[in-house]
Amino acid sequence: MQPAELSAVDLVAAIRQGDLTAVQCIEAFLDRVARLDGSINAFLKVDREGALATAAAIDARRKAGQPLGALAGLPVAVKDALCTRDLPTTCASKMLAGFRPPYDADTVARLRAADAVIVGKTNMDEFAMGGSNENSAFGPVKNPWDLSRAPGGSSGGSAACVAADMAPVAIGSDTGGSIRQPAGLCGITGLKPTYGRVSRRGLVAFASSLDQIGPMARSAADCALVLETIAGHDPLDSTSLAVDVPRYTELLEQPLTGLRIGRVRDHYAEGLDPEVGKGVDEAFAVFEAAGATIHEVELPHAKYGVPTYYLIAPCEASSNLARYDGAHYGHRCDTLRGGFDSPLVEMYCRSRGEGFGPEVKRRIMLGTYALSAGYYDAYYAKALTVRRLIRQDYLDAFERVDLIGGPVSATPAFKLGEKTGDPLAMYLVDLYTVATNLAGVGGISFPCGFTKGGLPVGFQLQGPALAEPLLLRAADRFQRLTDWHLRRPKQIA
Amino acid sequence: MTLARKDVAKVAMLARLALSDVELETMTSELSKIVGFVSLLEELDTSTVAPLAHPLDTQNAFRDDVPRPSLSTAEALQSAPRHDGECFLVPAVLGESGAA
Amino acid sequence: MTKPAATSEPYTTVIGLEVHVQLQTNTKLFCGCSTKFGAPPNTQVCPVCLGLPGSLPVMNREAFQLAMKAALALECRIAPFTKWDRKNYFYPDLPKGYQISQFDLPFSSDGWLEVVDPKGAFARKVGIIRVHLEEDAGKSMHDEAAGTADTRIDLNRAGTPLCEIVTQPDLRSPQEARAWLNELKLLLVYLGVSDCNMQEGSLRVDANVNLHIQRPDGSVAKTPIVEIKNMNSFRSVERALTYEAARQYDEWQATGAELGKIPKQTRGWDDPAGVTRAQRHKEESSDYRYFPDPDLVPVTVSEAQIATVKASMGEPPTVLRTTLAERWKISAYDADVLVNQGRELVAYFEDLATRVGEGKVASNWLQQDVLRTLNERGEAIEAFPIRPDALADLIGRVQRGDFDTSRGREIFAAVLASGRSVADVVASLGIAAVGDDELIALCKQLIAENPKIVADVQGGKEQAAAGLIGQAKKKNPNVNPAKVRQTCVDLIKAM
Repeated sequence: MQPAELSAVDLVAAIRQGDLTAVQCIEAFLDRVARLDGSINAFLKVDREGALATAAAIDARRKAGQPLGALAGLPVAVKDALCTRDLPTTCASKMLAGFRPPYDADTVARLRAADAVIVGKTNMDEFAMGGSNENSAFGPVKNPWDLSRAPGGSSGGSAACVAADMAPVAIGSDTGGSIRQPAGLCGITGLKPTYGRVSRRGLVAFASSLDQIGPMARSAADCALVLETIAGHDPLDSTSLAVDVPRYTELLEQPLTGLRIGRVRDHYAEGLDPEVGKGVDEAFAVFEAAGATIHEVELPHAKYGVPTYYLIAPCEASSNLARYDGAHYGHRCDTLRGGFDSPLVEMYCRSRGEGFGPEVKRRIMLGTYALSAGYYDAYYAKALTVRRLIRQDYLDAFERVDLIGGPVSATPAFKLGEKTGDPLAMYLVDLYTVATNLAGVGGISFPCGFTKGGLPVGFQLQGPALAEPLLLRAADRFQRLTDWHLRRPKQIA
Repeated sequence: MTLARKDVAKVAMLARLALSDVELETMTSELSKIVGFVSLLEELDTSTVAPLAHPLDTQNAFRDDVPRPSLSTAEALQSAPRHDGECFLVPAVLGESGAA
Repeated sequence: MTKPAATSEPYTTVIGLEVHVQLQTNTKLFCGCSTKFGAPPNTQVCPVCLGLPGSLPVMNREAFQLAMKAALALECRIAPFTKWDRKNYFYPDLPKGYQISQFDLPFSSDGWLEVVDPKGAFARKVGIIRVHLEEDAGKSMHDEAAGTADTRIDLNRAGTPLCEIVTQPDLRSPQEARAWLNELKLLLVYLGVSDCNMQEGSLRVDANVNLHIQRPDGSVAKTPIVEIKNMNSFRSVERALTYEAARQYDEWQATGAELGKIPKQTRGWDDPAGVTRAQRHKEESSDYRYFPDPDLVPVTVSEAQIATVKASMGEPPTVLRTTLAERWKISAYDADVLVNQGRELVAYFEDLATRVGEGKVASNWLQQDVLRTLNERGEAIEAFPIRPDALADLIGRVQRGDFDTSRGREIFAAVLASGRSVADVVASLGIAAVGDDELIALCKQLIAENPKIVADVQGGKEQAAAGLIGQAKKKNPNVNPAKVRQTCVDLIKAM
């Protein structure tokens, strides 16, 4: 059997049963990384030695009859926005090149405790700011379906990694769509849980009230497996929900009869690629045939989602990224040549000027401007009120339907370089995903078809707070009735 | 919506970002466009709407006043660009104070 | 009740204070690092207080409780809903690039604390605008002598919980300000909120001061407000304010500059030189871009919670002074001295007074003997070896007439020095009550030896008999001087 052809659920079962050793499993995937990642650039760091050592230890314990964690032997790639104690954590930025945090993110600790094997850190848009993974200081990630195209972002590396079977599961983070959109463009499944469902401790913060960590895998069932491990209350994260974690994997097997799925009258219909529209229509049809009913719903403030997001997120980011000043860690510019009020101010300005890429600087500037005296009310405070309206739209809609379905991206994967010249054009790739984060609810995206050109088309389901069981169940049922999620890109040379 | 170059320069200083003249020029035009775009929110009358800073309604998250292990000094300084084994070192801050 | 301070200056000094107190918790405000003073640099730090990427704050429950106690004791209103804000600025002792504080919704506001001078020189009720909770920054140290171009940063202090107390500009003299600070310190120490030790930095004060000057035409000129920083003791505060008021008056006479015409100035107090100096004017007025901290959730406080905190607070010093004076029939002055020494000494006093059955005597012994010893030794009452039961025993013997007070003091000193019990020391000093017969015999002897004194007494000067006391003590140290005098007078009169 080829480990790369197995689902995470099957891999874990095979290792537990002894049909496959953890070392064999890891070797198989690392082998693919070695062969394929040169063209894709999904990984910033591959930890061959550490992963094999961990796998060997798991095999030894299994042999000795000792108990193993729920993800024993499962290779996991982790977005480089999550702190790992033994591996550099760079957020794809020169600012943190080589930085080693002295602790693991809560998610990483839970994965390790479940005996998952962390094979490496994946590439991303710098500090999670971007929708194409072209904002990395270490080169863009290529879409495995078409290497001339972007995988989406900011979790582009994690998405490409799974799409190319370089790891069965990856961890991403989603602030305005950064799990769901790249999952959609790469033909895989990605879940952004309800805000607070997964601890943010150890996730390098971009926008604290919007960030969430989530699983990316080939299927909803695999996402459910990982979510069971990483979800849960963390008393060291004040925004973490003190709510029990359901056994997601056990809640998948339920029919969809009676499920009410909302369809939003699309404000962006003009910009929607017709092939994406077709894929979305067909997805609705699949759900209907499976017993769900489709209802028209309104999200009246949808068109304000992107501007609201592009105020709140940069404002929070401008503050979250103030700590990167070259004083206590990270990049410091040591060649001071004057021109500032003091050497200290010069050190700050040059270190940050050198360490951050253009998109990060843009957002810091935007956020600083919007929070500054005289502008706070018109911009940041205003955006917070619209946020409440957007959340209310969801609360109202979910009185009438259980889930809301629709596109995750207006277009399939776009060409590298296509949108990099226009920041606003890049911001608009988030138009179907930002509202989920603003409202704090959960969303999942999964493939629902392909374009004639062979590019994946993604479908998104959004649910009310803590509706992960329902989201996963619905996506899982879709994946039992279709096989889009099993398609793989042609072998990349 | 056009921002003035000197205002953008002030924001850059507030944000402690060194921008070259070219960067300042580009940033001014880009920010102008983006600010114009986000000003779409002005269309909405939200005078009776309360701001929503947190998406969920959690409150009162506390921890007990019980010590947890600290880092060793070596760990604390391990990523410091400059240190002397005990303290972080930064360019001198003579005669200045931080905040008011 | 507010009495204006008597002043002979041609102006009124208007003073407001901004006080930061470190709360007496075990751990920091947002993380579990210790807050113990004096640790080696960067040994009490963690990812949270270092501001490492991905770190998150969680509020210390005890810090919030202590802050509430302080606010309630300062008669503040507690907000039923409060939130945390980020104050954004760049400085190396602020690793996150922002301080978590409270901006527009502090957890308490609108209180007061009165200070009354025991000698009656002033009484001032000072309004409190707000009390809020925030985290402290670290320490930056610049060693100019070492000649290096670097500043050293120690982040042990970063994240320590601070209560910021902002007063109305109600104080009217440097003396009032100093006294008010002492009263505040006493209150907060009583509550167990802070040890208010300026030397260790657990209490810091900045002062805002300006003058209201009466012009000949009756109008009032106001000088620009100056903020004074870098005062390291309450005495410095008084000295700095005194200097600054005079300086402002001189400046006003020279320039006529008034409030509102020039921006608020900051001046640092130079204690050795005894002057305030203008600090470098910052190139930009600080725009802190306050916004609600998205990593922290709001805090709600119910009436029931407030009641619970109030019930745990005990009597504050102001109430305690009155209670002690009334309960034990001691003077306001005595009550003040005792209360100012702290809760433990008050407990000692009450225990002692209960045993002795009388307040005044207990108060005297405490003030004159116990406190003097404590001060000499730099000890706290908790460590004082003579406990209330032993001291009560000693006082009881004096009251019974076993020996007089001055003898009692000798015994006190001997007990302190030897660690032996009162009874042991009394026995070893050979102190025994002098029987009446023995006393009469002794007095007769003295009378025989002092014909001049006898003649004086017989001539009407009874007080001359006091001259026999010293001689009596030499013959028998155990005699009661009063009894000696009376017995001699009686004997002489009977002659």
